[in-house]
Amino acid sequence: MSILLDENSRVLVQGITGKQASFHTQRMLEYGTKVVAGVTPGKGGQQHLGLPVFNTVEQAVKAEAPDVSSIFVPPLAAAEAVMEAASAGIKLIVCITEGIPVLDMLRAKKFLKEKGSLLVGPNTPGIISPGKSKVGIMPAHIHQPGSVGIISRSGTLTYEAVYQLTSLGLGQSTAVGIGGDPIVGLKFVDLLELFKNDPQTEAVVLIGEIGGTAEEEAAEYIKQSNYPKPVAAYVAGLTAPPGKRLGHAGAIIEGRLGSATDKLQRLQESGVQIIHNPARIGRTIKEVLSNLSQHL
Amino acid sequence: MLIHEYQAKTLLEELGINIPEGHLAETPARAGQIARKLAENVILKAQILSGGRGKAGGIVLAKNPEEAEAAARRLLGKKLITAQTGNRGLAVTKILIEKALEIKREIYLGLAVDRKNERLVAIAGKQGGLEIEELSRLHPEHIKKEYFLPDEGLKPFQARKLAYFLELGDLTSKLFIEYLKKLSLFFVASDLKLLEINPLVLTAEDELVAADAKMDFDDCGLSRHPEIATLEDLSDESEQEKEARKYKLNYLKISGHLGCLVNGAGLAMATMDIIKYFGGEPANFLDIGGGVTEEAASKAFEILIEDPQVTSALINIFGGIVRCDLVAKGIVASARKVSPKKPVVVRMEGTNVAEGKKILEESGLPFHFVNNFEEAARLAVALSRT
Repeated sequence: MSILLDENSRVLVQGITGKQASFHTQRMLEYGTKVVAGVTPGKGGQQHLGLPVFNTVEQAVKAEAPDVSSIFVPPLAAAEAVMEAASAGIKLIVCITEGIPVLDMLRAKKFLKEKGSLLVGPNTPGIISPGKSKVGIMPAHIHQPGSVGIISRSGTLTYEAVYQLTSLGLGQSTAVGIGGDPIVGLKFVDLLELFKNDPQTEAVVLIGEIGGTAEEEAAEYIKQSNYPKPVAAYVAGLTAPPGKRLGHAGAIIEGRLGSATDKLQRLQESGVQIIHNPARIGRTIKEVLSNLSQHL
Repeated sequence: MLIHEYQAKTLLEELGINIPEGHLAETPARAGQIARKLAENVILKAQILSGGRGKAGGIVLAKNPEEAEAAARRLLGKKLITAQTGNRGLAVTKILIEKALEIKREIYLGLAVDRKNERLVAIAGKQGGLEIEELSRLHPEHIKKEYFLPDEGLKPFQARKLAYFLELGDLTSKLFIEYLKKLSLFFVASDLKLLEINPLVLTAEDELVAADAKMDFDDCGLSRHPEIATLEDLSDESEQEKEARKYKLNYLKISGHLGCLVNGAGLAMATMDIIKYFGGEPANFLDIGGGVTEEAASKAFEILIEDPQVTSALINIFGGIVRCDLVAKGIVASARKVSPKKPVVVRMEGTNVAEGKKILEESGLPFHFVNNFEEAARLAVALSRT
């Protein structure tokens, strides 16, 4: 089944005529994603990569009925692009952009709540349901359809995890990058809920990192809901010094909040299988799944 | 982006918020001069971008200009090590010298982004001078929070709630409410992440004065506030961090000897972690980024390998957009220039890995190419020990 994205998803690319957007839209099309249109204000009426370009999302929605939008718009305009998509009725918005001001994200999230749209990101590689569709910048060739759901705050670390899984013959149902920023759309908790209800997904991998409380909230949810599928987690940044931002805007231990140690402890207490060695993410899931099948 | 206390106080003054009378000194003689001018008990405050100054001896009372000069001499030009700075400490080049206040009461006032609740929050604390986390732990009933969103702003009734909670009395409450209004507007207008006045002092003359000020701006918002961006103090950056910044490389020096070079922040953290897992000590965090050019990759390697603290290196590249052959070319170009004697383990996977491997092997340079992540980490740690 996969979650959020499948072979029927109709995808819009906001900022399509930009360099990064063009490159990645091409890769999405090659993968078989149903990219149906693009938006770049001022370039409406043109064709780009064989797709119609519109001035506004509203126009694109009227003409091509996309249900997903991917945002490749520079940081100071990206939050507002998210709001434009929500305003036009797009239900799933995937914001790739890194560097959006925090206050802008607070503004966007409030707006989205009122419109009922879901946001993935920002600062994310995107979403991929292998074999069906990809919206974002991840290298498609390392993925393989299967039953492991992935929820990650990272980019290349996610690819590493996926690569390990695929190498062991463990495909992925959907891999979702929730992004590295302090204020994001869907969080671990939200995606765990979606994976819970997805028949294709048999196990879930969380890839977290220092900063914030998303992993702790996930741990609480897993415990409270008696989560019915096995969950494994790797949390990056055990060696991180406090008070320093490590790359991602959201990856910072602030005072007592956000250390990898705390996150790992809470996850472990909730019955999550902890992965200590990032080179063994794939192997750990394999063991978890084979233990599961032994008990059935 | 953190700014210094003296910079934050200047901004507060511009907003019409009382700050102690004070001046900046960069030499002991100047410190004495300022103390003489202020003609009363003065407080000397080392200007470093870290908390915990008081406990580390970075905040000193002086009763006369001679004491002030002596205290300044002890502080200036030295590194102050606080609970937050780590062993490296931070260099003290400026001291803020202020008239000591006659303190009737100290309270806490802060504004922050509440990540969990996805709102802005104004926090009032009945006790100033303690760290807010400590206060929150010891006396949660002494803290009150009011939440708001950037465009709605903090409502007057919210400011009143906090003022009455603090039991400030009528006149002071009015002033407090005015301060809070100005600060909350300033917070939103400037893309702040954190603003703390701790303590906000009620003086014997019933004045409300910001005895200390901390401001942390959102790095992502700086491009729309060039006048704030110029306040940045990078003097405590290591040489490597300075160099890396020029090439848009994300470099953070820590304390070990095994250098790492990785593409992607999460993978870079994981690489540091796996080094530690196998008993090594990572020297740094280095994310070369998703759009890295050959030149930047080359520079990254050069900065890493020329760092005297680094005695061996692990390069971990998972090529998605980033191509392994591009990074390999950059590393080889750099290695030819600097001829590293230090052992270097290169792990590559993903886009163009075969080409990348070829480039490294054909270079004739003594790189250890290991395709497997775990084996690469083990080898890097083993080599770091020899």
